[in-house]
Amino acid sequence: MPPAAIEFQNVSKTFARGSGRRMLALEVFRQLAGRWRRSGAGQFHALDNVSFTVQHGRSLGLIGPNGAGKSTLLSLATRVAEPDEGEVIVRGRLSSVLDLGAGFHPDLSGHENLKLNAALIGFTRARIEQFAPNIAAFSGLESALDDPVRTYSSGMVMRLAFAIAVELDPDVIVVDEMIAVGDEDFQQKCLRRIREFREQGKSILLASHSMGTVREFCDDALWLDHGRIRMLGPAAEVTAAYMRGV
Amino acid sequence: MDNLSPPDPGARWHGEYGFALRELVLKDFRSRYRNMSLGIFWSLLNPLIMMGLLTFVFTQVFPTGRSAFPVFVLCGIIPYNFFALAWSTGTASLMENTALIKKVPVPREIIPVASVLSNLLHVLIQCALLLVFLFAYGFMPNRYWTLLPVIGVFYVLFIIGMVLATSALNVYVRDMRYVVESMNTILFWLVPIFYGGEMIKPAFADIYSLNPIAALVQATRNILMEGRAPAFSLLAKLGASSLIVFVLGWTVFQRLKHRVYDYL
Repeated sequence: MPPAAIEFQNVSKTFARGSGRRMLALEVFRQLAGRWRRSGAGQFHALDNVSFTVQHGRSLGLIGPNGAGKSTLLSLATRVAEPDEGEVIVRGRLSSVLDLGAGFHPDLSGHENLKLNAALIGFTRARIEQFAPNIAAFSGLESALDDPVRTYSSGMVMRLAFAIAVELDPDVIVVDEMIAVGDEDFQQKCLRRIREFREQGKSILLASHSMGTVREFCDDALWLDHGRIRMLGPAAEVTAAYMRGV
Repeated sequence: MDNLSPPDPGARWHGEYGFALRELVLKDFRSRYRNMSLGIFWSLLNPLIMMGLLTFVFTQVFPTGRSAFPVFVLCGIIPYNFFALAWSTGTASLMENTALIKKVPVPREIIPVASVLSNLLHVLIQCALLLVFLFAYGFMPNRYWTLLPVIGVFYVLFIIGMVLATSALNVYVRDMRYVVESMNTILFWLVPIFYGGEMIKPAFADIYSLNPIAALVQATRNILMEGRAPAFSLLAKLGASSLIVFVLGWTVFQRLKHRVYDYL
């Protein structure tokens, strides 16, 4: 079998429980001494020994109640957070539809924000210039792209952010709930695009509270509960078990 | 095309460092000036006001008898302002870009470094102002001017080192910004801005020259106003202390960066 698109190997992630002043000083000193990984008591295990793989061309749905660790898992997959234990491997270019437009600067134009955002996500200049027209077309913002983002409606911001995430031709896409944004027309466009991704053999990691969405868009599903894997298998079976369990 | 081939799976981030840095610096610059009618004039206003005030006080209230006092003060206030502003904005830079850091796996150090470099853009504008005053007071270029860019690079490394350390610490210990602000006030008096390096008693001279800000001000005045090369020992101390601060700052940042996400 070819190497997987996403691999989690025995991944654990802890957060400090309190944030007392002495704790923080201790934390800084421990990290300065080169020991940033935690062990022992007093920690909150957001993820506890989680292992799974997403093969190229497959899509995995992430389900579980609030606080089960879905967001933590997504932050590890997008590499913005680092695991305490285990390893996270992502093969290929990843882009994410998370807090849409969070990194936009209100005074910069849509075009400028597009370039800045794509550069920070990790796309090369050549690639950004190559795909910028596609992003503009998909967003449907046209001449508004020359205006500062602060003049945009929230729907326009999300359209631009979604367009950046899907139009840079990523290999792996990570989606948190917002599988479709904007007005009815644009939502249909988003859903079509995600379906195209699947047809093109790209990998998708999708967190959702909607069992319908997971069943429609995912081959497999992973049920997280208190940071541990409760069940991992075909989407239809796991969502059915989840609905029975809840 | 080479850059369309699949990237290395081990890497966290596949972007172009220089391009991302450039876009971030441009963002700072554009967002600062776009909504201002006076534009880059604001970069010049602060050094001009400080120059006017200090010149008034030290020629009319406490006369020092020093000639070309406006040029003398500018040689001190421009490097000091660069340091003070870059240090305080850089220290807050990770916090200010929380949304970005929580969303995008861009190498963390790019953000404080970009913050220093966008302040450097303002300094370049202020250097043009200094140049005007130099010529107006009849100071002409000499061969030692070629030393200035070299000294400048060490100075920027020094500032980046300071900013890397305090920006990372500020994520965990939020009072870091107040420490930085107090330090800046202290340094205004301990850097020879409105007094000359030659007035410092020998007992303190060594400590002064170990401070890269003080060393840079003295070296700049040696070159621009006295037309002579700075003492080798001064340059050596400036270079060595800047490099040490840079390496220390870098190390602190690399050690502290793993949990920046958790604490923002």
